[in-house]
Amino acid sequence: MKLHEYQSKQIFSRYGIPIPKGRIAVTAQEAEHIAEELGGRVVIKSQVLVGGRGKAGGIRLAKNPDEAEELAAQILAMEIKGLPVRKVLVDEAAQIEKEIYLGITNDRTARKPVMMSSSAGGVEIEEIARKEPQKIIKTHIDPLLGLGDYQARDIAAGIDLPREHWKSFGMIAHGLWKAYLDCDATLAEINPLVITSDNRLLALDGKMVLDDNALFRHPDLAEMRDLDAEAPSEIEARKYGLSFIKLDGNIGCMVNGAGLAMTSMDIIKLFGGEPANFLDIGGGASADKVTAALRIILADPNVRAVLFNVFGGITRGDEVARGILVALDEVKTKVPMVIRLVGTNAEEGRQILADANMITAETLADAARKAVAAAQAQPTKGAVS
Amino acid sequence: MSILVDKNTRLLVQGITGNEGLFHTQQMVEFGTNVVAGTRPGKGGEWVLDGKIPVFDSVKIAVEATGANTSVIFVPARGAADAMFEATDAGLSLVVCITEGVPVQDMMRVRSYMDQKGVRLVGPNCPGLLTPGATKVGIIPGDISIPGNIGVVSRSGTLTYEVLFALKQLNMGVSTCVGIGGDPINGTSFIDCLDLFEEDPNTDKIVLIGEIGGSDEERAAEYIASRMTKPVVSFIAGQTAPPGKRMGHAGAIVEGGSGLASDKIRALQAAGVSVARHPEEIPDLLQ
Repeated sequence: MKLHEYQSKQIFSRYGIPIPKGRIAVTAQEAEHIAEELGGRVVIKSQVLVGGRGKAGGIRLAKNPDEAEELAAQILAMEIKGLPVRKVLVDEAAQIEKEIYLGITNDRTARKPVMMSSSAGGVEIEEIARKEPQKIIKTHIDPLLGLGDYQARDIAAGIDLPREHWKSFGMIAHGLWKAYLDCDATLAEINPLVITSDNRLLALDGKMVLDDNALFRHPDLAEMRDLDAEAPSEIEARKYGLSFIKLDGNIGCMVNGAGLAMTSMDIIKLFGGEPANFLDIGGGASADKVTAALRIILADPNVRAVLFNVFGGITRGDEVARGILVALDEVKTKVPMVIRLVGTNAEEGRQILADANMITAETLADAARKAVAAAQAQPTKGAVS
Repeated sequence: MSILVDKNTRLLVQGITGNEGLFHTQQMVEFGTNVVAGTRPGKGGEWVLDGKIPVFDSVKIAVEATGANTSVIFVPARGAADAMFEATDAGLSLVVCITEGVPVQDMMRVRSYMDQKGVRLVGPNCPGLLTPGATKVGIIPGDISIPGNIGVVSRSGTLTYEVLFALKQLNMGVSTCVGIGGDPINGTSFIDCLDLFEEDPNTDKIVLIGEIGGSDEERAAEYIASRMTKPVVSFIAGQTAPPGKRMGHAGAIVEGGSGLASDKIRALQAAGVSVARHPEEIPDLLQ
């Protein structure tokens, strides 16, 4: 789960990291008031969960409160990469001498947190990694020991930070580590961390990504989720404990297991079709889960056919087949269904489905071929009747 | 012969009284696994499965009483890390964690601790291990595979079952199947399993089932090119997955241009691995 800049910076501030004075505005007038409070010169920053806000014109400098109002009105009317701007952060404008990068993320390969820092801040870390990888200092942190003072000093020295800033840099590095730890973040990033013209360190921009699997111990953070950044169908699916991702194709997929669900998408593409979604209904395939999943898939008007791909292991194929029939009885639809059952008692399951006039398939390839053909033969939109 | 689990496995089930724990304990016992004990804090002294398996309050007591050497964990995500620490401190040599949804920072601490103590972990978020004809530890359906000479290692669950079942249909058997799990930070890796299969006299060929996210497949490819003599066949799921989205498994995500299926396939092919376009091609590639 991604946090907005203002949310991330508020958290950083609680851990002693200096951030600019500023507040959130949802109207242009509010932005003007905040600019007045802050003494006139402010930065108006759109709060949307996508990269490239600056390039899209979503971050602007205002020289006075009037200009702040005008620019805030413009930005609040924008859509950036499809997301509406509902809030702007109005921050005191800083005089920047130098921009630094400082972030912590999980290194999957080392299986440890890694603190990354660079003297080339202000651009995305991926870009620094591409153009000037030698300018990134990577320090692995033992998850049982935490960040050492010496590590923070080594990083400061590694990015050629003047010695006078080492102490405050150390406090910021420790604050960021604590924030990362306490929030179960997978990314905590200050970019840029600047040296101001009056020689202070200041976190101008902040970004946090939290581990969805750890939100159970952070109900306060879980409430910060911005639903704008997610497709409504994905939000709906989460309610039923289904893992769903909307795609642009026209063949709906309902599969048990994430790996098999990805494979089903891949094979549809291999046989000339386009998957409409990723959907993992989890182990088994109970009638109520199948019903909920089917409703979510069929709510997409692009869907011309649905491919069920269920491996019956401990849940036997015949039980799965009966569950599917109950669900189809509940969700009446004209969209063709191609059902592939495999595994234990699959034969019996297929018979049950064939008796109910379903299109059945034995192999993955056969199922994909039939689903692609069914979608192509369906000229008009399928509809839930 | 097999890797990691065999007839000498004396299994302890952590979280044996929960729905999942109890159901799969029964399945494992029916398969022939030697389940010697279970734990559930507060229920020590009880018995489950018609008085066949004793329940203990702690792993330490269970190990002392029964000589368990392997543990399988069905404890819910919020207690899973603690269960893994407990198993480590009780001196078990192999810990298999089935639980899905363990926080990733918990896993980094668990890995660091287990590495220091020299304990092997499989999982979490995995289906466990199956040595057909001998033993199963975890939730892989017991009747979808027959004994044989093919080693299987996979990040997935049902996709692995698919492959086992497809092999069985063609009378092709498996030495051991290891589900290493779909989380970004896990225990036993592809390379660990490749190494064990290379050493195992009863494994002649290996199937490696990977997916998008991370670079474990690329590192496996390097290992195969430099160390392996036995042929490896592979399939990588997630070629059509959009970037930046987690595809069900916490670890299945393309981030910042890394973790792409196409890169993994290219690396494996460059290492001499035959990569199937879809899982049903795997048996052909093995012949």
